[in-house]
Amino acid sequence: MGLLLWLVFSSAHASWGINMTPGATEVSRSVFDLHMTIFWICVVIGVIVFGAMFWSMLVHRRSTGQQPAHFHESTTVEILWTVVPLVILVLMAIPATKTLIEIYDSSESELDIQVTGYQWKWHYKYLGEDVEFFSNLTTPKDQINNKATKGEHYLLEVDEPLVVPVGTKVRFLITAADVIHSWWVPALAVKKDAIPGFINESWTRIDEPGIYRGQCTELCGKDHGFMPVVVEAKSKEDYATWLAERKVAAAAERELTTKEWTMDELMARGEKSYQTNCASCHQPTGEGLPPMFPALKGSAIAMGPAAGHIGIVVNGKSGTSMAAFGKQLSEVDIAAIITYERNAWGNAVGDMVTPKDILAFKQAQE
Amino acid sequence: MSAVIDPGHAGHGHAGHDHHHGPAKGLMRWVLTTNHKDIGTMYLWFSFAMFLLGGSMAMVIRAELFQPGLQIVQPEFFNQMTTMHGLIMVFGAVMPAFVGLANWMIPLMIGAPDMALPRMNNFSFWLLPAAFGMLISTLFMEGGGPNFGWTFYAPLSTTYAPESVTFFIFAVHLMGISSIMGAINVVATILNLRAPGMTLMKMPLFVWTWLITAFLLIAVMPVLAGCVTMMLMDIHFGTSFFSAAGGGDPVLFQHVFWFFGHPEVYIMILPAFGAVSAIIPAFARKPLFGYTSMVYATASIAFLSFIVWAHHMFTVGIPLTGELFFMYATMLIAVPTGVKVFNWASTMWRGSMTFETPMLFSVAFVILFTIGGFSGLMLAIAPADFQYHDTYFVVAHFHYVLVPGAIFGIFASAYYWLPKWTGHMYDETLGKLHFWMSFIGMNMAFFPMHFVGLAGMPRRIPDYNMMFANFNMVSSIGAFMFGATQLLFLFIVIKCIRGGKPAAAKPWDGAEGLEWTVPSPAPYHTFTTPPEVK
Amino acid sequence: MSEALSTRHLVIRLSLVVVGMFGFGFALVPIYDVMCQAFGINGKTAGAYEAGLQSTDESRQVRVQFLATNAAEMVWEFGPQADEVLVHPGDSTQMLFVAYNPTDKPMTAQAIPSVAPSKAAAYFHKTECFCFTQQVLQPGERIEMPVRFIVDRDLPADVRHLTLAYTLFDITVRKPPVAQATLTRAAP
Repeated sequence: MGLLLWLVFSSAHASWGINMTPGATEVSRSVFDLHMTIFWICVVIGVIVFGAMFWSMLVHRRSTGQQPAHFHESTTVEILWTVVPLVILVLMAIPATKTLIEIYDSSESELDIQVTGYQWKWHYKYLGEDVEFFSNLTTPKDQINNKATKGEHYLLEVDEPLVVPVGTKVRFLITAADVIHSWWVPALAVKKDAIPGFINESWTRIDEPGIYRGQCTELCGKDHGFMPVVVEAKSKEDYATWLAERKVAAAAERELTTKEWTMDELMARGEKSYQTNCASCHQPTGEGLPPMFPALKGSAIAMGPAAGHIGIVVNGKSGTSMAAFGKQLSEVDIAAIITYERNAWGNAVGDMVTPKDILAFKQAQE
Repeated sequence: MSAVIDPGHAGHGHAGHDHHHGPAKGLMRWVLTTNHKDIGTMYLWFSFAMFLLGGSMAMVIRAELFQPGLQIVQPEFFNQMTTMHGLIMVFGAVMPAFVGLANWMIPLMIGAPDMALPRMNNFSFWLLPAAFGMLISTLFMEGGGPNFGWTFYAPLSTTYAPESVTFFIFAVHLMGISSIMGAINVVATILNLRAPGMTLMKMPLFVWTWLITAFLLIAVMPVLAGCVTMMLMDIHFGTSFFSAAGGGDPVLFQHVFWFFGHPEVYIMILPAFGAVSAIIPAFARKPLFGYTSMVYATASIAFLSFIVWAHHMFTVGIPLTGELFFMYATMLIAVPTGVKVFNWASTMWRGSMTFETPMLFSVAFVILFTIGGFSGLMLAIAPADFQYHDTYFVVAHFHYVLVPGAIFGIFASAYYWLPKWTGHMYDETLGKLHFWMSFIGMNMAFFPMHFVGLAGMPRRIPDYNMMFANFNMVSSIGAFMFGATQLLFLFIVIKCIRGGKPAAAKPWDGAEGLEWTVPSPAPYHTFTTPPEVK
Repeated sequence: MSEALSTRHLVIRLSLVVVGMFGFGFALVPIYDVMCQAFGINGKTAGAYEAGLQSTDESRQVRVQFLATNAAEMVWEFGPQADEVLVHPGDSTQMLFVAYNPTDKPMTAQAIPSVAPSKAAAYFHKTECFCFTQQVLQPGERIEMPVRFIVDRDLPADVRHLTLAYTLFDITVRKPPVAQATLTRAAP
């Protein structure tokens, strides 16, 4: 019955979407069925109660010459309408309990992924596979500020989606590094809060390859609306290929550290990395949002000695929102970002910070 | 304890000295008044001012959400608007409005000369402007006002909060003290000042629901105070109640908050239940069906409200047994709530109904509140809640419960008792216009939110994907309509105060109760000699 | 006058309720801790466990997985020496975690443990853990920190795989290391 209604409504234009998705997993379908069952029970009760009220409002009015009756209690009726709802509730509770028990059974997983919420991005770590990465929003600022046409997946697109194999029980270990976030993918019917210091479990087994999109669902500060979740389900073979490529790419990325970089290369990469990692607070223009997020344009740190600049990016500044990016980004990205910050928006320091400098800085700390 | 005075003595004192003089003149009348009608009036005006302020913030929110993309405000200000809208509406508009109604009506309904603790009454009112002045001033502070949602979850509201959070905490403390004092006053008045013959089971339901509400307030406002005190200590005194780093737990915050928060939800609706239970019989010209079961249903709702709080937290990772317990307990609330709705419907059944503005608001209250109840039942189902939680479906749900519930209940009460307060009939045509515009605007604003929520739009976001665009635009138009309509209400009330058809002592032929035995407008001092209730 | 007296008493009683409920708000803190222990909320484990209370259950093995996460502001390198180990319930096992302070300042850290699935938390006993104390590391210092644990023999049979996660927080601002004072004096 639920599916029937879904078919009727899903034919409507997508931007008028009015119902929950049945999703892509067994659990999401049972949640959807549960949702539709309860919905229809409510509709039936509503039709009866509101029907009686409207009938009464039409007929039992003074303008129709109605004389008021004087009854004001009836123990039988009152017991009846206490007991009947109770029975209906018990009938609702049975499938709900069943589904809930299923959702809570995270045993026997074949793949474990740690999901960590950061202000305002997600980090994924494939346990035992030595693969981990951040997943950032890629929607350009121009689209958000209405200077460019919005794409189909406006605000629901990321640079690196979470890739998982289909037909595999994937367990998510969900936590956060700063405030509480919540990881939600509607098509998987997985929503779990990411709590700093503690770990939550959830799991999914996706049937069909596809891209499933969701968002953070716990207010986590300024860019709460700008940290989407994108899950890409691939066939087992494609997943294996992806994983292997991913490991090669990580190794290649590490090699870039020793490469000889030119100013132009660093500036180009720096601009891109800056927009992804820094612009949400310090703004694309480098003007920041004082007093919470200071300006970089013309700032003493960005215009001062390189060592100080590297220090604050690598180690962060405790007591502020400035995270220690040494733990989050590669030497290449840090070097590129610092070079960019020192030479963009009229900050014409003119020097160049290379990945080797970052490595040396980190080693010098030892 | 200086605020506790002998009400009998006070009554006689007034009767002896200025019974014939009425209120003092000038501004000091309002600053120093201990008269329950004056204080009730001030509460009502204050709450209406807050309603307009909180409403204008809602307009900012809806304007930003009118279209995808960022147009009017930036995300950090948007978060301040959602936070302040919630706080102002809950603590500044709805709660003081009910306290205002209680001040005006409870003494009139139970035949008492005034509230039991009139000087404390004055103090509890005057704390409110101080509290909200402080809260609103945070918007102009460096770093901005509270931006962590009206539920202010730690650590966003502690470690990561703007500097102004300390003022927010202090403001919450003041509001809490005000509410607690108001509640103590209501309990004392109801238990001690009833006219001879007015037994508990003869009390009007509005008095009953307020008595139960007052007990809820006394039980949970101190818990909120404890909660914000712990925040204050975490922020300034190095404790770690809510910080994992020091051995605390951010989830504990949510438990403490919702232990207060869920009863709070009923605090905002029970008095409306009571008011509607007076208004529907009046316009159906038929006694309320099932008075006794109404009282018991209210009491059971109040009791259940203490054991369901974790249904706001189904996704934080509660163990299965806990999840099941809170799911079942929450579903159980549907039973007493259903009893109430059935009782109201049966009261209308075979009555002789007319549909003046108070009745229109009351009938809309029953129907729309029931819709909010249905979505509440859906939200109670934990596995389905994983999909609904923190989406616009929840926003739709609680606005359906609070706008047609609390706000329509307050409008219905205002129209019902305006003749008693002002001595004039309000303009019925304008009243009906106000109702229909509010009704249409409200449904247009909040019904589509069910759809965008189910389709996957999280709450508290300033921008969204195009798939949510159409319904958000509809919502915004509805919200603007609802918002603008409330200025009409202001006009109607002012018009009614300044003049209009003189109201009889009992302007509604089907109305029952002691408040209709005194002239309209109600004299400054009423029931100085207690009436006899048979 | 008797009525006034009863109003006074009523107000006193209600005020006591208010004070009591304010206290109850704080009492929720220990109550919550007890509930956490009982139900494994947030995968919280109990404090130090007495070693040598259990004999080894040779009939089954449990996979114990280790996770190390840094809070956003934390710059240390921090991680386990192995991703996971297989243990027999009842057996005492040790795992070393490595921490390294790359900065030029002494820092204090606190690790917070959490066990998943949460229903296994009550069956995971730590006889020794670096999370029982705060860790102070001098600039450039690297240490190995042991956790010694026993998985209870009564662990439900359907749990064959559990995860021990640590989150490392920088608490230098809150609890400055004693060494810092001497260092700043020595530095100039």
